[in-house]
Amino acid sequence: MSGRIERTNDFVVLFANVNGSGSASANRIFTRSMIRMGVPVGSRNIFPSNIQGLPTWYEVRVSEAGHLGRRGGVDLMVAMNPQTWDKDVKSIDAGGYLFYDSSKPLPPSKFRDDINVVGMPLTEICNKQYSDPRQRQLFKNIMYVGALSQLLNIEPEAVEKLIGELYKGKDKLIAPNLQAFHIGRDYAEKNLKDSIGLKVKRTDCVGDKILIEGNDAAALGAIYGGATVAAWYPITPSTSLAEAFQKYCRRYRVDADGKNKFAIIQAEDELAAIGTVIGAAWNGARAFTATAGPGISLMQEFIGLSYFAEIPAVIFDVQRGGPSTGMPTRTQQSDILVCAYASHGDTRHILLFPEDPRECFEFGAKAFDLADRLQTPIFVMSDLDIGMNEWLVKPLAWDDKQKFDRGKVMKFEDLEAGRDFGRYLDVDGDGIPFRTYPGTHPTKGSYFTRGTSRDRYARYSEEGAVYVDNMERLLKKFETAKKLLPAPIRRNAREATKFGAIYFGSTTVAMDEAIGSLEKTCVRLYTLRLRAYPFADEVLDFIRDHERVFLVEQNRDAQMRTLLLDTGRVDPARIVSILHYDGTPITANFIVSDIGRRMQELGRAAIRVVAS
Amino acid sequence: MTYITKPKMHHPKLAQNSLGFTHRDYEGKVSTLCAGCGHDSISAALIHAFYELNIEPHRVAKLSGIGCSSKTPDYFLGQSHGFNSVHGRMPSVMTGANLANRDLIYLGVSGDGDSASIGLGQFAHCLRRGVNMTYIVENNGVYGLTKGQFSATADKGSQSKKGAGNQDAPIDLVGVALLMGASFVGRSFSGDKKQLVELIKGAIAHRGAAFIDCISPCVAFNNHPGSTKSFDYVREHNEAVNAIEFIESKPEIKTEYDPGTVTSVRQHDGSVLRLRKLAADYDPTDRNAALSFLHRQQAAGEVVTGLLYVEPESEDLIERMSVAKTPLNQLGETELCPGSLTLEKINAELR
Repeated sequence: MSGRIERTNDFVVLFANVNGSGSASANRIFTRSMIRMGVPVGSRNIFPSNIQGLPTWYEVRVSEAGHLGRRGGVDLMVAMNPQTWDKDVKSIDAGGYLFYDSSKPLPPSKFRDDINVVGMPLTEICNKQYSDPRQRQLFKNIMYVGALSQLLNIEPEAVEKLIGELYKGKDKLIAPNLQAFHIGRDYAEKNLKDSIGLKVKRTDCVGDKILIEGNDAAALGAIYGGATVAAWYPITPSTSLAEAFQKYCRRYRVDADGKNKFAIIQAEDELAAIGTVIGAAWNGARAFTATAGPGISLMQEFIGLSYFAEIPAVIFDVQRGGPSTGMPTRTQQSDILVCAYASHGDTRHILLFPEDPRECFEFGAKAFDLADRLQTPIFVMSDLDIGMNEWLVKPLAWDDKQKFDRGKVMKFEDLEAGRDFGRYLDVDGDGIPFRTYPGTHPTKGSYFTRGTSRDRYARYSEEGAVYVDNMERLLKKFETAKKLLPAPIRRNAREATKFGAIYFGSTTVAMDEAIGSLEKTCVRLYTLRLRAYPFADEVLDFIRDHERVFLVEQNRDAQMRTLLLDTGRVDPARIVSILHYDGTPITANFIVSDIGRRMQELGRAAIRVVAS
Repeated sequence: MTYITKPKMHHPKLAQNSLGFTHRDYEGKVSTLCAGCGHDSISAALIHAFYELNIEPHRVAKLSGIGCSSKTPDYFLGQSHGFNSVHGRMPSVMTGANLANRDLIYLGVSGDGDSASIGLGQFAHCLRRGVNMTYIVENNGVYGLTKGQFSATADKGSQSKKGAGNQDAPIDLVGVALLMGASFVGRSFSGDKKQLVELIKGAIAHRGAAFIDCISPCVAFNNHPGSTKSFDYVREHNEAVNAIEFIESKPEIKTEYDPGTVTSVRQHDGSVLRLRKLAADYDPTDRNAALSFLHRQQAAGEVVTGLLYVEPESEDLIERMSVAKTPLNQLGETELCPGSLTLEKINAELR
């Protein structure tokens, strides 16, 4: 037997469950109880594309320092799934803990010498206590929460309160859950006392933070951003975004007469979904779709139309593992290129990269202003990690003074006053033309929208010069976009260094922890968080300012690097890719070790250069 | 798709409708389709119908897909916004447009390639949703712009211009529309303007998904002996189930008909479709009977035309979804954004 990991408010617990076994609510109670004690917790579901019977994991990162990304490694494994036992036991850090159901004896070969084993006969206790098989399963979950609460010093009052809240409205479930919780707690008190060196201690590091999934926050963004038409096709991991929009619409968008200030279409496929969005936006409503990689693939032709005919559209892409059906319930940042260049022909699209649910809300609302202002598709590039996990983030904020920016729309009065209307006429030199909504004026302002080439007054034309004129204007508009997009966030290193790191999206949480860890080993990095494409000049300056820049991405092909190189203003040799793409969210440990390794390689190379 | 705009000058004594518009106000650009194309006759019928219905041209939104037929919205209602969208995908664009502003009149123009081949899915779904629209398929059985390939509505055994026989079973769009729940279904022929204009008028006044399959011979690629979509063939095999007359709600018109030969159907807006029976015992409000009649006549090689089905008190998508009376595209921050206080409450629930 080796040592014991002894840590307070800083550890990782992994629950290995079977999906469909009712573990989700127990795990949720476990996480929230610690947050109620003022301790920040990050939690992630790692689940299969299945409803019942396959392995699922729930990873809980407890971090008083607020590092809520995945750290890597496991301090405490709650092994409740015999199917994955071997893998689960193997994944525990040396000195860590294995909590398991000891009802059935297991041979010593099933364990490890360098971990601490805590067995509790959960099935046996449940079988004694309950006769209904479903109850035996469900209460087993809350029972292990009881035991863990005792072992980790989680305040029982916090859990009791949560059980009350969770089953509010189904009140008859409260008492039996409380009972199961205390059976677990009492057992641990009597039989397992002090067997785990990981402890939770009440502190005050949560403040007014909220727990919210990115998809829920993005849906709220669409509500606050004034979206009225949503069209979507069910696809993991974006489905819950559309469903959340529906939920909030029912709550906040029904007028005094009971009429809906929204229209939601569950379309027959993603082509119809984006077509509906484009039709609604063409007609002056704010509209969006939510989808994932396969949906983006299907929408390509329409996205090209939206770009070329200059029709606003907001697309939430909750990215998952591709290509093809890929890993539908795992996370990646692998739709960057397919979105940036969506459609045939020369196209470029605006991408926003939220780091967490809070930015899903902020960018989600802002996307509608950008779409109207720039009259083009706007992609909000979320991912499964952000979208489908609950994140502890600062509260969502809204300034009531801000107004919707509906962009350049010519009204009846403008037309009546004789203002010249050319649908594709660049009157302000920013590449953005005026548009009119259908039905505005009896004799002025109508035009024919088409995906074919046309002149500045929307008249069909196959003239080369007319086509080029339009394509050049679209580039100018893309340039204008840079000034309107969320700026990148640059952070200095503690000491001057010639190295930098660029990252974006859901990588941010793990990156923050990794930078801290690297600092401790005297590896200093300037950092830059990308928040939008097209890239601001600052991004290109940042790369130029450093000898080497580590670019951290969650895909195989370094897609963001390709996009940066495509600007033609970046020296490829300066960018070193750090790539993680196995479908699990990137960990701080991975970033630290990969950057460390690359640094060593660079050091050796430098020595070789000096020696020769 | 033309470079030529028609001169706006017209005879000072040209007749005006009740809004003071002349025929010319409902015209568009000069057609670039082949001389004699059936589609141009349909455009003319549309112009006629909108003129007679006294509709302000700019309150109509014209949407189409891709193909010869889909080019035609440029050739009528020049003051209306038009949208020449993506091949086979006009129905979804029209659905979205309809949701954004319930107050406009929506006209979808499509072809048999657009709606029966690449777009069969979207065609079916916009009908089953009951989008409030008039959806016309200008059906010629061939791909015109790509020079004469068979489309999915071409009859089995029908011959191409180069003599090849079509091996595949045809898709009958009227049958599809009836099955998908369209609440107004008619078929007409571009060579029968009288019937077509009345059908279009009825369809526009109809609330819900109104579909007209209009056989429209392609003079360039499908108007030869051996084709079942030629002018000659359709004239010979045209079997109208009724002669339709559209009557607006306002004036009460009294005409004497022989008892038992006329059916009147009053639509939700009060307009009346007066149908003089040509086929014995044909009931245009019986969906199942319409389907079986259609199958029987089709098997006999007849092209059934007229108003085949109408559900007088139909409901449309917007009504079913209980969408607010004010068009969604006119709502602003006050109506749509719940504000910071509500957000604080939401935050509190998430702690």
